[in-house]
Amino acid sequence: MSKALVSYLLSLADNTLILGHRNSEWCGHGPILEQDIAITNMALDGIGQARNFYQYAAQLMGNHTTEDSLAYLRDVTEFTNCLLVELPNGDWAQTVLRHFLFSTFQYYVYQQLQNSSDPQLAAIAEKGFKEITYHVRWSSEWVIRLGDGTEESKDRILQALDTVWGYTGELFQPADFDLKAQQEGWGADLLLVKRNWDEKIKAVFEEATIPMPATTWMHAGGKQGKHTEHLGFILAEMQFLQRAYPNSEW
Amino acid sequence: MDSINLPVTLSELSDPLHIKVREILATVSDPEIPVLSVIDLGIIRDISISQENESNGSEITLQITPTYTGCPAIDTIKISIRMALLEAGFKKINIIEVLSPAWTTDWITEKGRENLKAYGIAPPQYQQSVCSPDSFQKEEAIQCPLCNSYHTRLVSQFGSTACKALYQCNDCKEPFDYFKCH
Ligand SMILES: [Zn+2]
Repeated sequence: MSKALVSYLLSLADNTLILGHRNSEWCGHGPILEQDIAITNMALDGIGQARNFYQYAAQLMGNHTTEDSLAYLRDVTEFTNCLLVELPNGDWAQTVLRHFLFSTFQYYVYQQLQNSSDPQLAAIAEKGFKEITYHVRWSSEWVIRLGDGTEESKDRILQALDTVWGYTGELFQPADFDLKAQQEGWGADLLLVKRNWDEKIKAVFEEATIPMPATTWMHAGGKQGKHTEHLGFILAEMQFLQRAYPNSEW
Repeated sequence: MDSINLPVTLSELSDPLHIKVREILATVSDPEIPVLSVIDLGIIRDISISQENESNGSEITLQITPTYTGCPAIDTIKISIRMALLEAGFKKINIIEVLSPAWTTDWITEKGRENLKAYGIAPPQYQQSVCSPDSFQKEEAIQCPLCNSYHTRLVSQFGSTACKALYQCNDCKEPFDYFKCH
């Protein structure tokens, strides 16, 4: 049981770590100071949530595993995050749209996990849920602002949608660890998450005057460790210090 | 005792050792908001002291909860607490991090709120409504900590640290931090 729980925890952790890392790339590059600070704050939330999941997984794994060894010493094929979170940031429109699509997913996942039969997972979700609430609010406002904004902002959000939409299907395709987690009562029911997610996305897109994309073929593979070429570059940067100077601390 | 945020029993109130530990904790502050002690911030969830024989001293076990999951201050706070207790002569100190129930700004003490305001940070509202993900919500009326006007506006939901939002006063024009509801 604990091995299955570990796989599930690692997938939750990898998703929020990689998205946190992506969002942190905006630090010092945001369109205006306040939004630079906002996206960096959200990056910090993401990395903080990842730490909680990794710490719990490490505790279950034992054998000198630590949150750091999980984040810094696993290779591409061992990461089980969805492809959506590893995509490059693109422009501001693509970043806020991706953040909206993913944090809405997280919102409904964490909402269910608060009732997980695993008390530690429930506690982590309870904490993360409060934070993600702000993320959904912030990112949906941006999607509406850009969608229902100027000709250029509309154009950019539609282009962004074209780029990222094909990666949303994977969020709801249950991997083995998702199915096991749901069976055991500690994981989220992805069908229910999907229903809530669809409703929220539709409402916000409507307000943003963005047409719902016709469902197309969806990319997948991240949950099975088959990633886009982008993840390798992220890990190369993120893991460099621990690989070059093992066990270094500061 | 001003901290309804940290439940205390009658026997603890009459225990000089317990009171001493509380007094020490009241001197440890949040590195990012130095006017708030860890007691005022409401992150100490439990203090238990096991009395042992004279030569061994007593063992102190504290439960501490983080404000935000990504808050980098928590590690510094844990070290400061340990240092303060060591300096006071306690030798066996356990600090356990607990996540549930999740920290809320409702646990900030009255004294903490006053200190925040005097420091120029608008204290959190007592939670009237649960934070919801709905976009473009009606903004809460936040009082300017400088001129006390309620005629203020939200500049950004995210401020200089995870726990703050950025506001500006429409009357005195000063920008200020608001310790946002959580
Ligand atoms: Zn004012």
